[in-house]
Amino acid sequence: MQLGAQFVQAVNLNHPGRYVHWGVIQISVANLVVIAVMIAIFVLAILLPFPGRRRK
Amino acid sequence: MSAEVEEHGPGWTAWVRRRALRSFPPDQLLPDSQPVYVASWTYVFGVATVSAFLVVLGTGGILTLRGPAWWHASGFGHFINSTHLWSVELFMGFMVIHLWGKFFMAAWRGKRAMTWITGAVSFLASVGAAFTGYLTQQNLASQWIATQAKDGLNSVGIGAYFNVLDFGQMLMWHIVLLPLAIGLLIVVHVLLVRRHGVVPPLPLPDEKTPAPAAATSEAVQS
Amino acid sequence: MTSLARPTSSHRALDRDFEPWSGPKRPYDLVKEFTVALVVVTLLTVLLAALFSSPDEKAVTLGGWANAAPNDFVATAATELDGTSGSATYGAPYTHDKSAAQKIGPLAPQNWLGVTTPIDSVQDFVVRPLQGVPSTPDLTNALKVWTGASADQQQKWAAAYDDALAKAADNDPAQVAAGDYGPVPVMLNHLLTLAQSGGLDGALLAQGRFYQTDYTKPLLFIADGTYLEGLARDQHLGGDQWGMMNETGNYPGQAWLWLYTFWYQVKPFSTSGNADALVWGVMALLSAIFVFIPFIPGLRSVPKFIPVYRLIWRRYYREFDKPTA
Repeated sequence: MQLGAQFVQAVNLNHPGRYVHWGVIQISVANLVVIAVMIAIFVLAILLPFPGRRRK
Repeated sequence: MSAEVEEHGPGWTAWVRRRALRSFPPDQLLPDSQPVYVASWTYVFGVATVSAFLVVLGTGGILTLRGPAWWHASGFGHFINSTHLWSVELFMGFMVIHLWGKFFMAAWRGKRAMTWITGAVSFLASVGAAFTGYLTQQNLASQWIATQAKDGLNSVGIGAYFNVLDFGQMLMWHIVLLPLAIGLLIVVHVLLVRRHGVVPPLPLPDEKTPAPAAATSEAVQS
Repeated sequence: MTSLARPTSSHRALDRDFEPWSGPKRPYDLVKEFTVALVVVTLLTVLLAALFSSPDEKAVTLGGWANAAPNDFVATAATELDGTSGSATYGAPYTHDKSAAQKIGPLAPQNWLGVTTPIDSVQDFVVRPLQGVPSTPDLTNALKVWTGASADQQQKWAAAYDDALAKAADNDPAQVAAGDYGPVPVMLNHLLTLAQSGGLDGALLAQGRFYQTDYTKPLLFIADGTYLEGLARDQHLGGDQWGMMNETGNYPGQAWLWLYTFWYQVKPFSTSGNADALVWGVMALLSAIFVFIPFIPGLRSVPKFIPVYRLIWRRYYREFDKPTA
């Protein structure tokens, strides 16, 4: 069964990468987004209340 | 079987059984309660990492059905390759967030150094496993990564027996040796957590150690 | 004394962190948590894969290289023939030149395990592939002249041609000045034709065998040229571009390699011929420190001094950790 045509990606990431330069640091926007999302998740995990009835 | 035979029965099997039960009583291996301080979203990243690892194995397993070149020619194969890539990104992402949490909890306290060590070594092994995965994609990225990485590995002698230009060798490390090693490390790591329990909170600066409030007659209901 | 260290036997302090928890508990369904996590991660994976797919830039073949950049191909082949290419001057594990090894201080671990993947750049990359070609009279003659000459004479011809190519406009073999190059120009021209037809890919891989999974020779040859590097640098994959972390296109790469690639961007590593060995040494040390944090005074106390823990366990401290009167 030829499934090739049905698997089309919604966001095309296959064009030249975008990069951020800051001093000696060069980082791709893609990597920066990944790292920023990870930090955001970590911060949210600490701050968001965990379900469970409070003890009176 | 009499209790006496249970306790002192001869043979390797009985010995293994006794040791296993002593180290991991069933209600400790699979508890249905946790200390009250295990109530933070920071505690979900361990299980998220393990789940992602299983998805990595599963998607990798599908790729093995049709072989390493399948995904270049088949749309479905390319999709499965994509699931393998993104499950790896999730695996590494969750693992690092888990590591951040455990570091800030100083989770090695209370004789839990081996839990930290198995976790840290799992991280390093995972970096290696991901690396061999990138090497075996059989595309431009693989060519570049191989011809660059060889310099690092050769410079310290490792390249003499770990040849990143040898596709066959790298593929076998990627699908056999490294997943096995990571799997074993994860099992030991999780068993250590079950054995020692989740590390208690750090004491606040005005206290010596967290004094657990006197246990109430019933467990706190969630 | 608030201490994160394991109690020493002389203190015989009770390690409360080790004692089984005797305080209040809450119901916690581990199997349900695992099941939910597995389902969520699976769905997330499928979603990300459907949204973003994965990169697949086609590999470069020797044929592709020879057709797209024939001058670079011939120039590279010339360096293989006169033994000045990257592979030919590499040292272990490819060649026997011990002085070529990178060093960490006085140590040269590159040499410790010896030459396990021997490469003879002249025979492997030029002469043997040409000997397998269905021959024309000029190639047969050129090979006869080459193999009949002394090693010194071979080296003279090859080095002279390599120099002349380097001086020619655009490294173009057609623009090379007249000189005594022996059979070298004919040999390299035939090698180019072989490569452009796709035959060199097969010849370098097969090595006289039918089944093959080891791409050492084709990859070393391609990497000795500048074509592959040009393509890689276009995609920001170069070593001084933090390339280790990057991926082709707009995809995230191996972001976890950030610290590994960082050292290559700064002195002394960025200007050192021993950069690879030195960076490996630094990373091995840092990895060991990472693994053994529980035993390292100061480092293991950082969580106490950067008190993220007070946020993580704030509910516990507020509700259960009442200070004793």
